[in-house]
Amino acid sequence: MAKKKFVVGCFDDEAVLFPAVKKVRTAGYKIHDVYTPFAVHGLDHALGERETSLHTAGFIYGITGTATALSCISWIFTKDWPLNIGGKPHFALPAWIPIIFELTVLFAAVGMVLTFCYLCQMAPFVKKHHFHARATDDLFVMVIECTDKTNVEDLKSFLSNNGAIETDVQVAEAGWWLGRYDKDELPFENKQIVAA
Amino acid sequence: MASIREQFEIPGKMKTWSLALIGVGLVALIIGLVTKGFSADEQEQAHFWGTLMYNTIFWTMVCNAAMFFICIITLAMGGWEQSFRRVSEAISTMVPIFGSITFVVLIYVVVSDKHFIYHWLDKDKVALDPILKGKAGFLNPTFFIIWTTLILGLWTLLGWRMRQIGRETDEAPMNHLAGQSFIWRSTVRAAMFIVWFALTVGSTAPWLWMMSLDAHWYSTMYSWYTFASTFVSGISLIALWVIYLKNKGYLELTNQEHLQDLGKFMFAFSIFWTYLWFSQFMLIWYANIPEETVYFKHRVQGPYKGIFFFNLIINFVCPILILMKRAPKRNYTLMTFMAVLILFGHWMDFYQMVMGSLSKDHVTLGWLDFGILSFFVGMMIFFVGRSLASKPLITKYHPFLKESIIHQV
Repeated sequence: MAKKKFVVGCFDDEAVLFPAVKKVRTAGYKIHDVYTPFAVHGLDHALGERETSLHTAGFIYGITGTATALSCISWIFTKDWPLNIGGKPHFALPAWIPIIFELTVLFAAVGMVLTFCYLCQMAPFVKKHHFHARATDDLFVMVIECTDKTNVEDLKSFLSNNGAIETDVQVAEAGWWLGRYDKDELPFENKQIVAA
Repeated sequence: MASIREQFEIPGKMKTWSLALIGVGLVALIIGLVTKGFSADEQEQAHFWGTLMYNTIFWTMVCNAAMFFICIITLAMGGWEQSFRRVSEAISTMVPIFGSITFVVLIYVVVSDKHFIYHWLDKDKVALDPILKGKAGFLNPTFFIIWTTLILGLWTLLGWRMRQIGRETDEAPMNHLAGQSFIWRSTVRAAMFIVWFALTVGSTAPWLWMMSLDAHWYSTMYSWYTFASTFVSGISLIALWVIYLKNKGYLELTNQEHLQDLGKFMFAFSIFWTYLWFSQFMLIWYANIPEETVYFKHRVQGPYKGIFFFNLIINFVCPILILMKRAPKRNYTLMTFMAVLILFGHWMDFYQMVMGSLSKDHVTLGWLDFGILSFFVGMMIFFVGRSLASKPLITKYHPFLKESIIHQV
């Protein structure tokens, strides 16, 4: 984990944000992420993110659930502890389908939630830097990663010209760390510098 | 909007093909009518009228499902279907045409007292049968005729009213107030259709027309099962027409995003159909009570075994495996294939639902079934094409049209 320098631009309108994202990307800057108060439709495409593989993972978990249930229940009822239930055959597939279905759903659901948390780096005590407190309220916060060659002042004015109402430079941890906000960092302390 | 081709012109090829299909169908129909329909043998008669019944009921309900699709989207305030709404409307114009065929066939079967088809028609046997006696309030010719008339008449009327209000979107741009009033009035008309749809497709129509073929047997899943079958077929039919029109260069505003949503409907309702198929089957299999298993005996263990399980493969295994991913739902070729497969599969399902009860000893699937199917397919292509050509292809001034244009999955 390393500290990096970021330029932060805040927008108060989706209609301004989209062209700005496009221009920033065309200009060759590397967008670290865009933080929005709600899910913005099409923003992932605008940012050039690849399609998520969460559903493929979900399919694999589901198939695992099916296989687990089928092998487990068929072993129990035919080999381990065969019971005569209403004169039905020991291998009573129709009766098992609800259970197989439930286990498929359970595996897929739990697996996908955990995978989602993993992909989004969410877990208890896993902390990430908050670039702007109002990203959870009413601002769209675009964070651009700086390199050695980035001219910060140029970039800030570039963002302002493209509709950012606030711009800011922050040196912050790029990844995640284990910790507690109340010990490490005060997210709601107003550290942002309001640019004209 | 200047570049949009609003008017569908029927290609000569489509006309020729549909007329050829109708011709083949008519030949099969007439040969069937002469050799079987009016034959002295009851089994032959049951074969002919049963074949006609399941075809006409299937196609009427499939076309009616297109109107149901418009109505649920209207009630849910959905806008995404507006760019191809006229396709669903055109398919739903088949309800009066196929409905009158259904009406003639069903009323003829009941009036001419064909008790080997509906055995509750036989008054002497009903008098000795406590189960059928208990059902006589529902299963009697008078009620059958009145209720069938009402079902088909109100499907036609309420669907026509829904299409009529859709014509308002061709005339002039609506301002805010006019748009609100239009949406409110469509909502009311859609709700009226849905209520009647629930009372008929959701319950009484399948009981009366098809479940009463096995008058002793009953299943509370049956109507929902029929509904799921026809709804997924209706969506497939809409998808087929949309793809056809796209291929001919119409429907510029409809794109892969809309196709993917149609694919999702096909996928979801194939699963829903399987859920009902399984629920109906498993409870009866588990309880194993003779009066309930009578329906499944010859379907699962008898001559219909092949069709019964083949059905499950093309209506469940194929859609779940092929339509699960995003790419196939956006692929015109695969969607065409799946739509045809699903339509065929549910037609086969209706075949075993009706003929499985009428001809328990042997499978009758043959030239007559495919001949009559070709008659209905030809009629459907011919009249839906005419109906598409009679109106603009796009609901130009619908308040939600923009939602459909920018639709993104």
